[in-house]
Amino acid sequence: MASDEPTSADTFLRGFWRDNPVLVQVLGMCPTLAVTNGVINAVVMGLATTFVLVASEVLVSATRTIIPKQVRIASYILIIATFVTMADYLIQAVSLEVHRALGAFIALIVVNCIILGRAEGFSSKNTIGRSILDGFGMGIGFTLALLALGTIRELLGNGSFAGIDVFGPSFEPWVVMVLPAGGFFVLGGIMLLANVVKQRQARA
Amino acid sequence: MNPEPLGNIFLNALLINNFVLSTFLGICPFLGVSKKIETASRMGMAVTFVMLVSSLCAYGINALLIAIDAPYLQLISYIVIIASAVQLVEMVIKKFSPALFRALGIFLPLITTNCAILGLALFQTSKQYDLVQSLVYAIAAGLGFMLAIVLMAGIREELELAEVPDLMKGTALVLLIAGILSVAFMGFAGLGA
Repeated sequence: MASDEPTSADTFLRGFWRDNPVLVQVLGMCPTLAVTNGVINAVVMGLATTFVLVASEVLVSATRTIIPKQVRIASYILIIATFVTMADYLIQAVSLEVHRALGAFIALIVVNCIILGRAEGFSSKNTIGRSILDGFGMGIGFTLALLALGTIRELLGNGSFAGIDVFGPSFEPWVVMVLPAGGFFVLGGIMLLANVVKQRQARA
Repeated sequence: MNPEPLGNIFLNALLINNFVLSTFLGICPFLGVSKKIETASRMGMAVTFVMLVSSLCAYGINALLIAIDAPYLQLISYIVIIASAVQLVEMVIKKFSPALFRALGIFLPLITTNCAILGLALFQTSKQYDLVQSLVYAIAAGLGFMLAIVLMAGIREELELAEVPDLMKGTALVLLIAGILSVAFMGFAGLGA
């Protein structure tokens, strides 16, 4: 990927759709499914992941000539774990309520394969500037995917959007949507839709 | 100390709050290595073993961190422990069963980034389990993971023989099956005390 030197805009934009980490690369499934029972949780999770992603990509890119090849994965994990600890304490300081709702899943950003994947696959070979672009692109793509899932699940499962009632009191909520099973169904459905779109594009 | 009886912990982690189907931990290998029952069950065993080792180590490390009053190092030290445990398992498997080593392939080192394992270490700390409770919890969680991934592999083996529309092939179908499995596991919710 790095050899044919894509433009900066392309580096930034490809995370949105073409290489979307969730819908196309199928990475970072655990937080995607676990925290998307509400819009607010989904957005906080997306932002926290974006922060960790950008910060770790910068540091990995800055140290790419210093870290010996043999210990690189271990070093990346340590870098990521440091930023996740920071994000964890930050969210706890800003909103205890959201922190409790997300629970262990903030700490579990450490093992989100998107971050390690980008650190190893992109920023260990690219300059700091490009890594920042890539981090933001992938992070926003991830957040958008989470937002899509969170919106559908909260609308159908609770009849609300970010806690605001949308459908009124006569709406009978589809409880299954906020339960774990709903996460699988909605993500499966979204991927089906993405397949349809891709097939159309391929035919055209 | 948590007074929860061992039987409850076991049932809870194995069925009611199954790590894969109810708490969404370990989804990556669940989707990735569930094509064949044989590989899936071996992956399950490897994960169970790593869980047991890292649960033991996490318990020790947590006691140490509390003693030196440095809880902010929790996450970093856990991930280092898990990475070393995985390295150990990798060397053992490579030595005793090269075929299995090849079959597991890239997914063996990826156990490090299996959130089920870090999740287990974090949950047992936050629930304040003692040593025996932690070990029971680890075994149950590992077996629960194995149960889920073997069930999924069984279904996918049967699906090989079925005619599936092109559009459905791949992750979309697997996710829908996982959803149905998850609905089935919701039936266990009444088991707990």
